[in-house]
Amino acid sequence: MTMENAFFRMTGICKSYRMGDEWQPVLKNVDLTIEKGEFLSILGPSGSGKSTLMNIIGCLDTPTEGEYILHGKRVDQLDENQLSVLRNREIGFVFQSFQLLKRQDALSNVELPLIYAGMGVHKRRKRAEEMLCRVGLQDKLHHMPNQLSGGQQQRVAIARALAANPSILLADEPTGALDQKTGRQVMELFRELNDEGRTIIMITHDVSIAANASRIVRILDGELSEGVPEDA
Amino acid sequence: MLKESLRMSLSNIKANKMRSFLTILGIIIGVMAIIALITVMESATGEVTAQFESLGTGKLTVQAGGTALKNGLRETDLRRIEALDNVSGISPTLSQKVSVVMEGELLEDVNAKGYGFAYFRHDPELVAKGRPLVPVDFEQQSRVCLIDSDLAHELFAGVEPVGMQLLIHGIRFTVVGLLADPDVDDVFSMMQAGGGNGSLIMPYTTYMRLFGIKGVTGLEVYIADTSRTDDTVDALESLLDECFNYKDNSYSVINMENLLDVMDTMMGLMTNLLVGIASIALLVGGIGIMNMMLVSVTERTAEIGLRKALGAKPRSIQVQFLMESIILSLLGGIVGVGLGLLVSKLLSNLMNIVFVFSPGAVALGVGFSLAVGVIFGWAPARKASNLNPIDALRSV
Repeated sequence: MTMENAFFRMTGICKSYRMGDEWQPVLKNVDLTIEKGEFLSILGPSGSGKSTLMNIIGCLDTPTEGEYILHGKRVDQLDENQLSVLRNREIGFVFQSFQLLKRQDALSNVELPLIYAGMGVHKRRKRAEEMLCRVGLQDKLHHMPNQLSGGQQQRVAIARALAANPSILLADEPTGALDQKTGRQVMELFRELNDEGRTIIMITHDVSIAANASRIVRILDGELSEGVPEDA
Repeated sequence: MLKESLRMSLSNIKANKMRSFLTILGIIIGVMAIIALITVMESATGEVTAQFESLGTGKLTVQAGGTALKNGLRETDLRRIEALDNVSGISPTLSQKVSVVMEGELLEDVNAKGYGFAYFRHDPELVAKGRPLVPVDFEQQSRVCLIDSDLAHELFAGVEPVGMQLLIHGIRFTVVGLLADPDVDDVFSMMQAGGGNGSLIMPYTTYMRLFGIKGVTGLEVYIADTSRTDDTVDALESLLDECFNYKDNSYSVINMENLLDVMDTMMGLMTNLLVGIASIALLVGGIGIMNMMLVSVTERTAEIGLRKALGAKPRSIQVQFLMESIILSLLGGIVGVGLGLLVSKLLSNLMNIVFVFSPGAVALGVGFSLAVGVIFGWAPARKASNLNPIDALRSV
């Protein structure tokens, strides 16, 4: 078996939610394999189950059925604490609304995942500075989030996602709160990071944003299909 | 990790200064009340105990009204009391107001006392100058007396009083000694002095003859071994029963130590009661903290979700929130202890008693506030740690 060596493989993932007396299926038998270094877009309208899929990919939720292997580990069998460790090490989240702590400066925000990784104070400060330099914010280390533009805030969030050096950068509508120009700049940064070898999974409903990726999968009514449909 | 939680909690408390302050106000007031009450009560107890002790432990006070036929104790009765086991000595305590004449000048309202030899033997520091009364004075009913500084001031004003003569009740007495001023200026010695123009002490034998008194109505009995006081009281009471023909209410024996014990118990009871009432303030303060923590958890739902997404374990979230409530209440506790000590210092100054610092009260105050922080912070912290990160992130 190559299971232990698999980088990212989902087989027969199902997720149902209980609605009163009935179980409502949200994900139906999803199969997805991603190679290291890929830039994948998951494209789907709202209500298609893409958020649920993202939560499962991001180890925030576990599937009702199916097998999910991330970096050689069976995610679907882990408990809450183990999931926390996995999120910390393997997943770098980028959210639509940035999700920065507004009372802490850029540097402290980037340090956050490193605190939970148990890194010492000097080491993580250095690492956070490096990451902010990487996203081009070397002169904004001590700015508070409200002193930064939307694009800059999203860059801080990307630096934070990269800080713990995760296997996957998982972005949920990363340009959703940005204007077109800054959105393009963020996408450029994503492509650069992908060129450097980062694996990126981006969830979006916007075909033009999804087009930045090297591979697109489409989700509709909980079912996953490869490629862009003709009518899109 | 713990250090990080501490830092995060502090920054959150700082970000909500006003709310944090109002929240801990309850704790401050509760702890302050407890500290102030305990400290003041302990100071007051110490003070009253000291006063009672200065009045004399190790001695029994006998009030012997006697019967219609026998007014007070006779000399033979006194000898029998003195001979009781564990009695180191006795001293009648007779007193009345007299007028004193000195070189033609009349001084009224002087407190004349007739005491026994044991009174002076009991406390050698009573005499500041001259000599105490000695056994021969009692045998011969000598016309000698000791005067206190008030009377010396009234009569002799600057002249050396020892060796001077004065007229009491028309009889000439020689002043043989000057009494020391009592070192504790307390209620009891003030009561004993009885105000007026000072007092003088003469042998009780002389006193009884001078005023034509047949029986001793007031008596102090000194105890040799205070651990056997109760037995001595029993023996004394059965002897007094015999002296007064077993008549009811003919005498009473007051044991200072018993009084002291009763007082201690009462003070302790009072302290517990007051601390109990003050604890209600602490309880209310704790509920305030719980309320603030619950609000804080709701407000920071998104933050909790983010932290969890970034790899925070439920436990780290719980520790962070618990830490916050502990810091809040501990802060309140420390400020409360400080204010409580200040208040009790002011109060004891006001009440003219000696301020006694009580480490126990401080430990209790800090310990209470710590406990409040843990107990009332537990549920909100638990709630925060159990938040589902997906729902939490969606809340923005």
